[in-house]
Amino acid sequence: MYDVIIIGGGIVGCALARELSRYNLRLALIEKEVEVGFGTSKTNSGIIHAGHHSAEGTLKGKFEWAGNQRWDDLARDLKFGFKRIGELLIAQKPEDLQYLEDLKKQGDSRGVTGLEIWEPKQIRKAEPNLSHSILQALHAPTAAVINPYEACFGLIECARQNGAQLFCDHPVMSIRQKDDGFSIQTGQKKFLSQIILNATGVFADRVAAMIGADNFKIFPRKGEEYLLDRRLQGIVSHLIFPTPSATSKGVLIIPTVDGPIMVGPTAEEVDNRENLSTSFAGASKIFASVRKSCPAISERDTITEFAGLRAVSGTNDFIIEPSPVKGFYNIAGIQSPGLTAAPVIATFVTEMLRADGLALTEKSTWKAAIDGPPHFAQMTTRERQAAILDDPAFGRIVCRCESVTEAEIRYAIRHGARTLDGVKFRVRAGMGRCQGGFCTTRIMDLLAQTLAIPLAEITKRGRGSNVCTPRHDDLSVEDLG
Amino acid sequence: MKNRLRNKYDVVIVGGGPAGLAAALGAQEAGAEHILLIDREIETGGILNQCIHSGFGLHYFKEELTGPEYAERFIRSVLSGNVEILTDSYVLDISPDLHLEVISGNDGYLHLKGAAVVLAMGCRERTRGAIRTPGFRPAGVMTAGLAQKMVNMKGLLPGRRVAILGSGDIGLIMARRLTLEGCEVVGVYELLPYSNGLTRNVVQCLDDFDIPLHVSTTVAFIHGQNRVERLTIAPVNHQLVPDPSRSRDVNCDTLLLSIGLIPENELSTRLRLRMDPATGGPQVTSTLETSLPGVFACGNVLHVHDIVDFVSEESLRAGRFAAELALGIRRPCDNISLQTGENVASCVPHSLSPDREQTIYFRVKQPMKHCLLTIGDRYEKKFRMLIPSEMIRLTLAPEVLDHYFGGKLKIDVQPQKVA
Ligand SMILES: Cc1cc2nc3c(=O)[nH]c(=O)nc-3n(C[C@H](O)[C@H](O)[C@H](O)COP(=O)(O)OP(=O)(O)OC[C@H]3O[C@@H](n4cnc5c(N)ncnc54)[C@H](O)[C@@H]3O)c2cc1C
Ligand SMILES: Cc1cc2nc3c(=O)[nH]c(=O)nc-3n(C[C@H](O)[C@H](O)[C@H](O)COP(=O)(O)OP(=O)(O)OC[C@H]3O[C@@H](n4cnc5c(N)ncnc54)[C@H](O)[C@@H]3O)c2cc1C
Repeated sequence: MYDVIIIGGGIVGCALARELSRYNLRLALIEKEVEVGFGTSKTNSGIIHAGHHSAEGTLKGKFEWAGNQRWDDLARDLKFGFKRIGELLIAQKPEDLQYLEDLKKQGDSRGVTGLEIWEPKQIRKAEPNLSHSILQALHAPTAAVINPYEACFGLIECARQNGAQLFCDHPVMSIRQKDDGFSIQTGQKKFLSQIILNATGVFADRVAAMIGADNFKIFPRKGEEYLLDRRLQGIVSHLIFPTPSATSKGVLIIPTVDGPIMVGPTAEEVDNRENLSTSFAGASKIFASVRKSCPAISERDTITEFAGLRAVSGTNDFIIEPSPVKGFYNIAGIQSPGLTAAPVIATFVTEMLRADGLALTEKSTWKAAIDGPPHFAQMTTRERQAAILDDPAFGRIVCRCESVTEAEIRYAIRHGARTLDGVKFRVRAGMGRCQGGFCTTRIMDLLAQTLAIPLAEITKRGRGSNVCTPRHDDLSVEDLG
Repeated sequence: MKNRLRNKYDVVIVGGGPAGLAAALGAQEAGAEHILLIDREIETGGILNQCIHSGFGLHYFKEELTGPEYAERFIRSVLSGNVEILTDSYVLDISPDLHLEVISGNDGYLHLKGAAVVLAMGCRERTRGAIRTPGFRPAGVMTAGLAQKMVNMKGLLPGRRVAILGSGDIGLIMARRLTLEGCEVVGVYELLPYSNGLTRNVVQCLDDFDIPLHVSTTVAFIHGQNRVERLTIAPVNHQLVPDPSRSRDVNCDTLLLSIGLIPENELSTRLRLRMDPATGGPQVTSTLETSLPGVFACGNVLHVHDIVDFVSEESLRAGRFAAELALGIRRPCDNISLQTGENVASCVPHSLSPDREQTIYFRVKQPMKHCLLTIGDRYEKKFRMLIPSEMIRLTLAPEVLDHYFGGKLKIDVQPQKVA
């Protein structure tokens, strides 16, 4: 019997797991995919929003700025990349100027620091490659970028180091209420828990419906993003936001934390919660829009694209509350700025549980930081020499495009990577220009060796996504004779 | 092992594929004493190691060899000479004064200097992102070269029912290979109105196996959540935009991409070499020297070749010139700029010297029947057929060049009226 089970290992579930791992609780997180962070939390823009965007009077508004301030500590403790690169929200039409003023006012009143309206001269100095038709821009220095999946991996590793249990590849199929809590049936196993935290993203209404706690609905809204070749790295140094129109927040130019530029997202209502397809229409919309602010960006520079689903609730705000079923909590409708807000959502939920009578006594042994993975590409020459001396696997580059060594891949596999995507999102191997053309077979070898499984069982991202099949002729020569 | 290596070499060659091997031989023949060849893999041979089909060496050795056999001949000659070979070692960076930063599985972290450096890093394949095929992102979409490596080096099949997008040579060769492995190849789809592969590969790999080649056709959508399930195939119009009204679905579990190769430019761009957007590789002189003195380039890192024999020939020269520079032997001075003219997509090198015979390579922009090639007004040659997938190699005599001393020379291809 667990005290608390979190269903869903996105950024919200992982942040909850780490937060609750501070206390003496029997705690587990159950995730349907083979690794955490494989839902919406890996397919987003990776922006820690500046704090001034979300409207007053909403939970989103309440958590955006508070969330923003948490990330310096998190990045330091959990050893993931984090850069406060700042944001420029640009006005290209006279009627947009008022919006900038209003947004600045909203931010100022909330305490968001450093907001400033920039005139064209200052804009051009900071961003010479932007269109010269920009009238003004609102500079928000607090905006930052991260790799959201790295945050998930770090949060869950920290939670596990502090005693939380993780069960991946466990899709929750049904939930039943018992006298003393709930019984949760996954594809593999039954779990018992006093409390359930439902953090299942776009599936939150479906999971809530398993126990009649679905007093809300989720409307998935798709966003496509396009990652550009390193050639364009540095073309802008701030996040570039257009002034939103009535119908859309607009397409952003995102200097990702690793350097390459990403552009997106689109916004399109979809019915299918697994519809992660990209489209011609999406690409044309994005590049047409981006060209208006930065003419040098072209679709020809795309190296890869992906789509993610926002979990939009009927109220268009976060739903973070006890459900009609006692002991079952919904943390749903976590659309943007959900990534930004996740750390405060976790504390907010913890306080809600405390208020509802859950005994929370702190562990004296709780450790906020993890060791974190090695990053060969970021080491100095001296550090590299030492690393190779210590482990010759640092002397073998597996992924040429991103200079990733065998030692880093082995580390990733030891720390939970089970799939090609898992390796890719942990160490960037296969993420560069060749998109795995050269290194895929090397990574497969390493996965097969370390996990002791046959090559043919290796998947791209879990069940059913096998990369290859064994040959037909498994007959040996004798059989043929 | 450690003291085996020097820290100064006459010629350092980056990459041990056919280009690097031939460059090493060339450098040796030209008299360089200290030559180092570095390759990332455990074995030299480069891409040839995974090309177990035959068809290599027809020009160079006048016989038909498999990829590994072809590589073997070069490796043997290199091993019998004074070339030091450092495998399992990766060149991370080269400084403008030709210091190389190398990491090695056996030797750790190394700093070396070359009096001359030859870039021979080969090429990589264009990926799905480069063509932005709409749809899902399932497993089962991979480049043809990766599939080749899986089948030939790992004994695995990429899938059972395979479609191929793009008609590059690797895709054509894989169509045949997978058919022989018992897979069903449902078709090859090519965006352009003509194949991008060598004619001999279209005949030997598709026609002989009844595999259909659909030109002016593309994959308009990839279906399948986890693994490829289906493709929407559509013909394209003149602007190469798919026409959804004439689309149809094809069931398959694998999509191989054979949509082009691009020079491996990581080091070339780090060195800020002057690049040629048409070839995707660096610009070079008649001695295959890049815009940075002492740095040479050859093989697929310079421009993508369709047959390896030309790679070897070109790289022998690059190695020789690199050695001459290292040994302080006076080399010819280029003073003619070579440029692409009518219907010519790209050419190499980018400048010529009138002092000795010059070798040039070029490709046309589109297939042309009965055409006349002119290089300046002193050289012309008739062709029955020229296609973009077949690179043309020519030598020009000093007499042809002399006239252009200090000027420009243009390569033009014009259609000819046939009587
Ligand atoms: C295109 C796009 C761009 C965005 N950009 C930003 C941004 O820049 N900044 C920002 O702050 N926010 C951004 N967001 C929003 C942000 O990504 C989300 O708010 C956040 O990722 C939500 O996290 P989550 O944990 O709630 O959901 P998820 O990450 O989807 O996690 C839910 C998890 O539950 C699991 N699950 C589902 N059903 C079951 C089941 N039955 N059993 C077990 N497990 C189950 C899923 O597999 C998944 O891993 C963006 C969103 C999109 C789509
Ligand atoms: C997948 C694929 C299949 C092909 N199939 C055929 C075919 O069937 N027939 C044909 O005629 N041509 C084929 N080609 C073209 C073929 O590449 C050339 O004919 C020939 O192999 C080019 O030789 P190269 O030496 O320039 O490049 P490669 O053979 O690619 O050799 C380059 C070498 O450099 C090494 N290297 C790269 N970067 C570094 C670094 N930083 N440090 C150390 N080492 C490095 C690589 O590991 C590699 O061994 C194919 C190309 C590809 C990509």
